Amino acid sequence: MKSALSTQQPPARSSRPRRRIGDAPPAILTAFFLFLLTPAFVTPARAQESSYIVTYDHYLEEPGSLEVEYFSTFGTQRGGNDFHSFWAEFEYGATAWWTTELYFDGQTTFNDSTIFTGFRWENRFRLLQREHFINPVLYVEYEQTSGADKILKEVEGHDVEADYADPNSISRQEHDHEIETKLLLSKTFQGWNIAENTIATKNVTGGNPWEFGYALGTSRPLALKASAHRCNFCRENFIAGIEMYGGLGDRHSFGLHETSHYLAPVVAWNLPSDWTLRLSPGFGLNDNSHRFLLRWGVSREFPNFGSAIARLFGGRKQ
Amino acid sequence: MTTTMIRPATKANLLLIAAAFALAVATLPAHAQGGTYVPKKNDGRVYAELTKAPKKAIARRNPMEKDPDAEAAGANLFDQHCAECHGELAEGTRKGPSLRVDQVQQATPGTLFWLLTNGVVRRGMPVWSKLPEPERWQIVSYLKSLSPETTEPKPQ
Repeated sequence: MKSALSTQQPPARSSRPRRRIGDAPPAILTAFFLFLLTPAFVTPARAQESSYIVTYDHYLEEPGSLEVEYFSTFGTQRGGNDFHSFWAEFEYGATAWWTTELYFDGQTTFNDSTIFTGFRWENRFRLLQREHFINPVLYVEYEQTSGADKILKEVEGHDVEADYADPNSISRQEHDHEIETKLLLSKTFQGWNIAENTIATKNVTGGNPWEFGYALGTSRPLALKASAHRCNFCRENFIAGIEMYGGLGDRHSFGLHETSHYLAPVVAWNLPSDWTLRLSPGFGLNDNSHRFLLRWGVSREFPNFGSAIARLFGGRKQ
Repeated sequence: MTTTMIRPATKANLLLIAAAFALAVATLPAHAQGGTYVPKKNDGRVYAELTKAPKKAIARRNPMEKDPDAEAAGANLFDQHCAECHGELAEGTRKGPSLRVDQVQQATPGTLFWLLTNGVVRRGMPVWSKLPEPERWQIVSYLKSLSPETTEPKPQ
């Protein structure tokens, strides 16, 4: 099925209105400049981050904290060149019930080029004040990306491997404005977290229908009790789990027909030295999926970031 | 590799969203400062959350009560996750109230565990159910070991 798609006319994504989006080295430079500048005026704290890379649980960023993250995905590509996509993420806890995030995406397609592919602004809202049997969180994101975006942060609609086979010079001419919504449901019981995300996305350029997708995840720390002394390799610092995600078609053709799906073990290492490392090899589950995606990421949390910014602008001194 | 400039429309949207993000960072009340604790008017309402614990939660016993390492582990966890708002000695900061006051020290372990699990989201305290149950009980053990309104260093 995939080979037919890759050798015939361009898939559904390519039928969208094409506009040019250019390289944006200044945006990438700005993102990395911020990344480097941040530690200069805030103090870090050990994070207790989940192991998921695609799935969201119901836990939000602590109020006033900024988490700076970098993620990479290496992906194999049949009918085209393999790629390395990457994104920088700035996640800020505005309140205990609202987390806002800014993403900058890019990718390198081997034997082709390296380009900036767009940005995303994500917001997550906790809907219930206390913990319940299932905890819902509403996710709303606006993204402005080119057709060359390959971060595969979520899979939706009829996204298939062949969509990513075009050279950057062609795919970057497609320009998408998408509103993405998710209902995140999550529960933690006896150390196990179980999370389910339902995705609905609308590309507001052109008359594209709503597209749907899902992500499922479960994870658990390797130990549930903390050690009396800080240590790097204590079992409680490691969280292991598994994710599964894929598309569910669109409003006109809902279902598994011509969709891609992935299964990915995940592991996170929360270091006492303030960093979190994540690793996740992902495997395509059908012929429409990339055969292999290797993801890894590094993040660091900076508490009281909001206070530091406020002080820069003349806020109250300590 | 081509090096065309970013489109003006893209740049404008990017700036707009960056400005909104900066506004969220700079203006929301979550960003109260650290520093010396000064009791605030709404502290009473924060402590009143303790009275909302259900009877079943209040009656729960701390399974780590007799664990000799629980206080030390709890102190580490407190330092990593709680001291940012409540102060290194749990004495309170402008961001979070003191945990050495009578209202907290006289609460049952089950009540403290319930509050830690559910947070006080409206008043800025996140839920901490992402910490496994034994770790939350370890934090409770540490809190119950604190002497009221003193400045003794934490156990190492």
